Amino acid sequence: MAVTAGTDTFVEFDRVQKSYDGETLVVKELNLTIAKGEFLTMLGPSGSGKTTCLMMLAGFETATSGDIRLAGRPINQVPPHKRGIGMVFQNYALFPHMTVGENLSFPLEVRGLAKAEREVKIARALDMVQMGAFISRRPSQLSGGQQQRIALARALVFDPALVLMDEPLGALDKQLREHMQFEIKHLHESLGITVVYVTHDQGEALTMSDRIAVFNDGRIQQLAPPSDLYERPENSFVASFIGENNKLQGTIKELSGDKALVRLPTGELIDATAVNVKEKGARTLVSIRPERVEFKPEMMPPGAHTLDAEVVEVIYMGDILRTVLKVAGSDDFVMKMRNTLGQTRLAPGQKIKVGWHPQDARALDP
Amino acid sequence: MADTAPIAAAPLTTADGRPLAEALVAAQARSRRRAFLLVVPLLLFVILSFILPIGQMLHRSIYHDGFSSNAPSVSAWFAANPQGTEPDEAAFAALVEDLRTMQANRTAGEAGTRINYVLPESRSLFTKAAREAKDLQPPYREAFLALDPKWGDPVLWEAMRASASPYTFDFYIVATDFERAGDGSIVRVTENRQIYVYLFIKTFLLSGLITLICLVIGFPVAHLLATLPMAKANLLMILVLLPFWTSLLVRTTSWMALLQGEGVINDLLVWIGAISQEGRLRMINNQTGTIIVMTHILLPFMILPLYSVMKVIPPSYARAARSLGATSWTTFRRIYLPQTLPGIGAGALLVFILAVGYYITPALVGGADGQLISNLIDFHMDKSNWSLAAALSAMLLVGVLVLYWLYDRLIGIDNLKLG
Repeated sequence: MAVTAGTDTFVEFDRVQKSYDGETLVVKELNLTIAKGEFLTMLGPSGSGKTTCLMMLAGFETATSGDIRLAGRPINQVPPHKRGIGMVFQNYALFPHMTVGENLSFPLEVRGLAKAEREVKIARALDMVQMGAFISRRPSQLSGGQQQRIALARALVFDPALVLMDEPLGALDKQLREHMQFEIKHLHESLGITVVYVTHDQGEALTMSDRIAVFNDGRIQQLAPPSDLYERPENSFVASFIGENNKLQGTIKELSGDKALVRLPTGELIDATAVNVKEKGARTLVSIRPERVEFKPEMMPPGAHTLDAEVVEVIYMGDILRTVLKVAGSDDFVMKMRNTLGQTRLAPGQKIKVGWHPQDARALDP
Repeated sequence: MADTAPIAAAPLTTADGRPLAEALVAAQARSRRRAFLLVVPLLLFVILSFILPIGQMLHRSIYHDGFSSNAPSVSAWFAANPQGTEPDEAAFAALVEDLRTMQANRTAGEAGTRINYVLPESRSLFTKAAREAKDLQPPYREAFLALDPKWGDPVLWEAMRASASPYTFDFYIVATDFERAGDGSIVRVTENRQIYVYLFIKTFLLSGLITLICLVIGFPVAHLLATLPMAKANLLMILVLLPFWTSLLVRTTSWMALLQGEGVINDLLVWIGAISQEGRLRMINNQTGTIIVMTHILLPFMILPLYSVMKVIPPSYARAARSLGATSWTTFRRIYLPQTLPGIGAGALLVFILAVGYYITPALVGGADGQLISNLIDFHMDKSNWSLAAALSAMLLVGVLVLYWLYDRLIGIDNLKLG
């Protein structure tokens, strides 16, 4: 499953396993390569092993087996302070007894830099996050967003080639979070650093990353660029974890290449793209994105199978109309319609037919 | 309401025209009264059991009317004649008059005791003279000198002059190892009688040492308590608190059993061959015993404030410092230690103040050289020399307040975290 990066490999997890209690594995055989300059996000629910992987990379946890290599060098035995990795923590971890300037000065002091050089670097790092005016404030005098910027500046001030971020935006409100996502992405691009970013927020992962590694149960479920992950999930966990999804249970009736005909429990037939189903007769879960569901015959490909649907309710959400339908025995099938000028307004109880392009319906493992 | 902007100087008023500040006070008066009533019991308790006794103690340290109230005639003579006047016949006549009254009222001992505080062995002088007073004939000066040549001693007369007023600093003079010479000047007592200053210094040094030992032992324990998983931390916490739940006497007695010459530790050391049978260590009934046992008793007072501070320091600070390139020692010194300062300050202040006034442990295990100033205060209270005990206590109080002030200047009292 490991995708080899096109350019030179910078970080490499080689069959890494981690156990805390000697009985269960928190990380099960992780293989992952990260290219220089890449923005890689580890995404997954809590307890999926993503933070453990980050901590192993930072050096706060030791791998139970396997190798972690940084620029080709195994770092399992290297203590954290010699790895030269910048890190942004979830609660920022700004030292409360130091001013902003002292916080930024700390990594430079322990590296033995002269005062003049330190001042230049501190000023540059603070300017980078537009916080130059706050150099003599204490962290407690800053707002959450400002603290976040300082934490970012502190992780970057000593010019690390690799920066780790552990849910750095989790404590910010929605608007600020979206703004900071943009800023972090911008910094990543302008500085050319490699970023490993941990989050459980899929929106954050999709907007910022070059590639996303979806973690669950100690394994990477899928490693792909955001668009692939969203449009072509490889298994039902990824399909349900990323974005909203309609799921229809069924069995494979016909299978030719990647084209599959699926029979639903109600006896109806639908077209789907076979992703990880192996044979005729196998059980499958077909996943369709709500925004790819069509109810106007002219939008469907010719000869497409359609399903009878009954409108349960229409929720007005401003930019879209979220329509809940009763389809093939399930009554939580969702269809999203753009709120355009000429959009048909459906009413509860109305009978319609729904369909989709076969490549939008993905037949996955049950 | 009004279209025009309010003039800056005009006081704000409420909608019905009352001044805003006044309305605010009135609105809050009821809840203030209720809040005050809630603290009244505590306030009364503190006044009755703390402020009043301390005030009384301070007063007693500068007030003693044992001589002045019983010797009005002599006091009048002292008032009429300036310091340095040789006691003349009139002075001795006044003394006879007072001694006769004392004999009638049986108060010669009381007056003599007051003089005795500053001039030892003076009490018998007064009781004896009072007994003989009715038979004394003029010229009284010669009669007194015949009774006891000490009556001619200018030091005695200086002591009587100082005692002629009920308000006096005599007890502070004694408590700082000084005395009044015959010419009224204040001089240091001879070296073999200097005990108080030495004991004060020793008390403060020993308390400082005990505080330091408590810090060195308590710091890692507090850190463990703050970082161990819940179940183990609870067990450790019980071990820390165990001394609190045991009677002080039981603990002290068990230390005796452990530390004495034929005790467990000495037996063990002899058995493993670390010391010889003759070289058994003296660890109790001396200064060592005081230090060991007081450290044990005061340790929780160091650990608990430290623990409460360490508990809320997130481990991510140390991680952040490590990721920024600091070694574990630098991380401890520059990141962890400064954040525990409020706990160190609180613990050290608590342990030190408790140690400075500690009494029972030095009394039980201190032997001769392990006594602290509190034991001497107790000694003087036993001897009914309450004024000297009060003066010593007041000096102890001032010493602690000075340290408290220093602490406030250096670290800041608002940084204190007691739990």
